[in-house]
Amino acid sequence: MRYITPRKAAQGLGSARSGTHHHWQMTVSSYALIILTPLFLIAVGAGIGLPREELMVHFGRPFPGVITALFIIVGMVHFIKGTRIMLDDYLYGNVNKLAIVAANIFGWGVIAAAVFALAKMAFTTPAI
Amino acid sequence: MADVNRGNRPLSPHLQVYRLPIAAVTSILTRITGHALVAGVVLLAWWLVAAVSGPGAFAAADWVVRSWLGFLILTASTWALWFHALAGIRHLFYDAGMGLEIHEAEKASWAIIIGSVALTLLSLIIFFIS
Repeated sequence: MRYITPRKAAQGLGSARSGTHHHWQMTVSSYALIILTPLFLIAVGAGIGLPREELMVHFGRPFPGVITALFIIVGMVHFIKGTRIMLDDYLYGNVNKLAIVAANIFGWGVIAAAVFALAKMAFTTPAI
Repeated sequence: MADVNRGNRPLSPHLQVYRLPIAAVTSILTRITGHALVAGVVLLAWWLVAAVSGPGAFAAADWVVRSWLGFLILTASTWALWFHALAGIRHLFYDAGMGLEIHEAEKASWAIIIGSVALTLLSLIIFFIS
């Protein structure tokens, strides 16, 4: 038996049993994305229009590579958690659960594909 | 008690005829832009993967990125990104208990709309001159 009042045991948990954890994760990732957004636009904007070899050299450099990878990882995790709220609003029961699973598969699929591509560029092209 | 006034009462606002307040428009646009950004991210991820897949795959992806459709998707995504970022900053102010009055929310809504368009134009200008 835990020597804890019922109120203390329930405080901050809410109906989802996870309290404000989701909200706090959205807050933290949104602060990160505010910083990453302008840097990401610069990194990607500088790459658009380049021939394939130069593009691979561009994203193989530390700044464009790390910023683009970070933006896609943090952005897609922010998307997976954010879309959960929309799915909970509009879809119910098993359809809701399947849609959340699909959002996770899609989000992590995009992360894996983009990070793999960026890693391959970083590890196969010579630094110039 | 009998309702003698049936059919002649004021109706509650219906979504199809109700003019949404500007704060409601920017609120729903936050969700819409956040989800629409999927299109830009998928195009970018495809472009990156195609570049390491081979010259043929890259030619196809790069053609789409540099076509008018790609320009449309990337420009719309840039606006959606700035809009979602500014609206997200407003949410951080909301969390801090600031800007919750109606007149403040309306002012912030116009700041988000004008700011997102201005930042998109600035992004395009920087992209084309550099």
